[in-house]
Amino acid sequence: MEPLTRSASDMDPTRVGSNSDALAPPPIRRLQLEDPEPAREATAPLAPGDGQAPQQSGFTTAKRSVGAPQFSIRRMEIDEVSVHYGAKEAVKRVSLPVRQGEVLALIGPSGCGKTTLLRSLNRLTELTSAARLTGRILLDDVDITEIEPTLLRRRVTMVFQQPNPFPMSVFDNIAYVLREQGSRRARKKTLEPAVHSALDRAGLFEEVKDNLDHPALKLSGGQQQRLCIARALAAEPEVLLLDEPCSALDPKSTQVIEDLIVKLRDDVAVVIVTHNLQQAYRIADHVAFMYLGDLVEYNSATALFGSPREQRTREYVSGAFG
Amino acid sequence: MEEQLPQDYGPKWSDQRVERMLGALVCGVVALLLALIVTVFVRAWPSFAHNGLAWFGSGGSVEDQLNAISLSAQASGEYVYTFHAWPLIWSTLLITGGAVAIALVSALFISVFIVEFAPEWMSNVLQPVIRFLASVPSVIYGLLGVLVLVPFIGNHLVSEQQKASVAGVISLTGYSLLAAVLVLTVMIAPLMVSIFSDGLRAVKPGWLEGSLALGVNRWRTTWKIGVRSARPAIVAGTVLAVARAIGEAVMLAMISGSVAFAPNPADGLIFVYEPSRPLAPTIVKNIDQLSSPPFNATLFSIAAVLLFSAALFSLAGWTARRAMRKYLMP
Amino acid sequence: MQDTPLTAPPVPTPGQADPPGAHRRKGALEGSATWSLSDRVGLAICWAFGVLFCAIAVAIVVYLMIQGVKFLRPEMLWTPAAAGFSETETGGFSDAFLGTMIVATLGIALALPAGIAIAVWLVEYGRPATLARVTESTIEAIAGIPSIVLALFGTVIFSSSALGFLSRTSEGVVFGRSFFAAGAMLSLVALPLIVASVREGLNSIPRHVREASYAVGKTKAATTRRILLPTCRPQVATGAMLGLGRIIGDTAIIVVLLGATQNFAPVEGVGFPLDYLRGAGTTLTNFVYEASPTGNLNQPQKAYAAAFVLLLMVLALNAAVDVVHRRARKAGTWSH
Repeated sequence: MEPLTRSASDMDPTRVGSNSDALAPPPIRRLQLEDPEPAREATAPLAPGDGQAPQQSGFTTAKRSVGAPQFSIRRMEIDEVSVHYGAKEAVKRVSLPVRQGEVLALIGPSGCGKTTLLRSLNRLTELTSAARLTGRILLDDVDITEIEPTLLRRRVTMVFQQPNPFPMSVFDNIAYVLREQGSRRARKKTLEPAVHSALDRAGLFEEVKDNLDHPALKLSGGQQQRLCIARALAAEPEVLLLDEPCSALDPKSTQVIEDLIVKLRDDVAVVIVTHNLQQAYRIADHVAFMYLGDLVEYNSATALFGSPREQRTREYVSGAFG
Repeated sequence: MEEQLPQDYGPKWSDQRVERMLGALVCGVVALLLALIVTVFVRAWPSFAHNGLAWFGSGGSVEDQLNAISLSAQASGEYVYTFHAWPLIWSTLLITGGAVAIALVSALFISVFIVEFAPEWMSNVLQPVIRFLASVPSVIYGLLGVLVLVPFIGNHLVSEQQKASVAGVISLTGYSLLAAVLVLTVMIAPLMVSIFSDGLRAVKPGWLEGSLALGVNRWRTTWKIGVRSARPAIVAGTVLAVARAIGEAVMLAMISGSVAFAPNPADGLIFVYEPSRPLAPTIVKNIDQLSSPPFNATLFSIAAVLLFSAALFSLAGWTARRAMRKYLMP
Repeated sequence: MQDTPLTAPPVPTPGQADPPGAHRRKGALEGSATWSLSDRVGLAICWAFGVLFCAIAVAIVVYLMIQGVKFLRPEMLWTPAAAGFSETETGGFSDAFLGTMIVATLGIALALPAGIAIAVWLVEYGRPATLARVTESTIEAIAGIPSIVLALFGTVIFSSSALGFLSRTSEGVVFGRSFFAAGAMLSLVALPLIVASVREGLNSIPRHVREASYAVGKTKAATTRRILLPTCRPQVATGAMLGLGRIIGDTAIIVVLLGATQNFAPVEGVGFPLDYLRGAGTTLTNFVYEASPTGNLNQPQKAYAAAFVLLLMVLALNAAVDVVHRRARKAGTWSH
């Protein structure tokens, strides 16, 4: 196993970018940490064996877009949760906190259970008849199985991987959420401020304010996804779940949405599932790495990427497997 | 399927030959349809020519006019074509409109029920029931209507008082609008249910899941998103049902009444008990007169109106579906 | 932990919400208790309509069964109708029963080959594209034409002297009504159903099957005949049975094109079977129509009996379609 402590400066300069050795495979690109920050609010201390000096895991990127979170309020508590699909255990006894004021990223290779875990937070797993959940999930100290599903899903809303705006106008997409909350049908004028505010929070208002009756399906991919986020925000949730929201989008839209997510963390607790490690590094405060249903490591982002405790985390984060 | 295949120089059925033969058959069928349309309108022309737009108007008793037409054929004098079909048209509008309205509502609820809300055992019962109702021959509906529903209406629903109140004009025997509308509803609703259900099942699951994930309950999700997205299917099903209802001849001939009377809404509730005769049954009832030229023209003129209405509705449906694409297609 | 392959089902893969095996739950896990009143009333209306239509269907079957069993005597199926004073003396409706068989056979014999041919042309050939679109619209249009209009058109066609050999001719006037005439127009009724079903079957065969056949030098015609159509047997059968159901249930065309008799009226001077086929007759539907109070005979008991037989035939066809579907699904071809 090659030592992972090699930094860019250690690489043989003659090998980088050289064309002479056409038969040899290109060197593995090591991503390096620029500015390791001390771990904040880690729930477990670093193992002493890793030393005080941050062990280079070889993970680097541009600057983290996220500063330290200003505050954090514990919103949801995931307590020894397991999810079974028939005989197969997709999530194995995971415990995590979800806090408002910070972004929690769930990372891991395909099939590790991160999406399943996310969907269990708003009880969408119950739509599948073969699914069974054990353990407890608490929302503001109330077990979510005791909350009526539709009420729960207004407090914990979700944005999906594929943008799915409804086949209506932009205004109606947001107004739909607001209208179906109550029993009386609200007039368009009453809903306007709420719709505008939701669009504003999602950073979409400037682009669509001229024609709110534009069919939502005709927006670009990035705009559609922001519309979905606006829709999710219109319900005034306490927790916002995002299932790989940028994987279907181009880099520019991705950046816009990432900035948006970071801005939102003060208002809602954000949980984002992503298989893009750089994205997790850019925007997350805490990261949970899952592998085949197990929670391998939970730590602050800088710690997990900078000096991961577990071997498996180290391997994943450095790209040894995906 | 546009491959150009190498020519087999052996077998008798080369691809070109087969393609030509099949193409000829297809052209033949198209030609047949065109011939049908042309024939019907050509045969109908004398009646339209003699009556002009008054064909669609009212004036005089339809029975008398038909009598006069058939008599004129027997006499050696000139043919009489006078025909004002308004009572027939009005009857068709009422019966078709009523049946489609009730069937639309019931079919919507039933298809939503089957696709989303019915427990499995209920769904397994309801789907074969709908298929069964769709396949019962119309003459059996007519028979049951005549032997069960009509006496029930005539003897139990209509009071003597009501009968007396219109005795001078028409007799309320149970052969009525109500009977016709009810039976026709049961005949066309299953058609609509199967098309609506297909449309509901084809809604993108991402939309439905997205709506549920926003905290909207299943009922509202199904109606506001599912039914709304399935609107093209709903239009298609309705158009098909209307075409079927307009063309229904046999069952209505047995139930709606033998009198070409125009039910009058001003009569109040009794209006639904009044008999009438729509366009299609009129042809069936008078079919024995087909050989006399003026009658022939009259019957064909009715057929032409039926044909034209069916085509018009199909066109309207097609246009409506295209307009809906704006919101449904990215 | 390493031995579990990452692609093992039913663990969900990214982008896929549910594992492949699981299906959507039907029951209301989300109780309707929290719905608003109007929503709950809506659900109640759903139930009401569902139960109502079930009740109607049951009522139809049960009532016809009772009346049918009451009045149907097996002899009716093989005794021709005869004149008589009371209803029980008027014999049966064997002619009508046979008439239904004859007309159904004629109709399907015409519609099935034509329907298959048209479907094959639409799916496998379809050039030029405008003709294909026109053909599709034509088939849809034929499906939407009321059968009474088809019947009237039939009178025009078959009354022409060119087709006089298909029906009775007396004194130079072609009668124009016969089993041939009725069968021909009835085939138009069944045609769209057959075309739709066979098209669906052909479309569901993946492209590589055809390419495998072409790759060994077979013509399109041979491929279709030897490989594609045999695979589509379930769809062909379904289409044929659906078409058959519509044919035997049709009354308007029979009334117009077959004549208002109760018995066969074969053409004189022509050998069997053409004399019957060229002659007039009746079918079960026509019989029920005539025997009902609004018809000429007013024999409600026999009407019930004939209607019961008709219903049994239709139910049998429906059941056969179901069986074919189920067997096709179990056999598991590429798409099922």
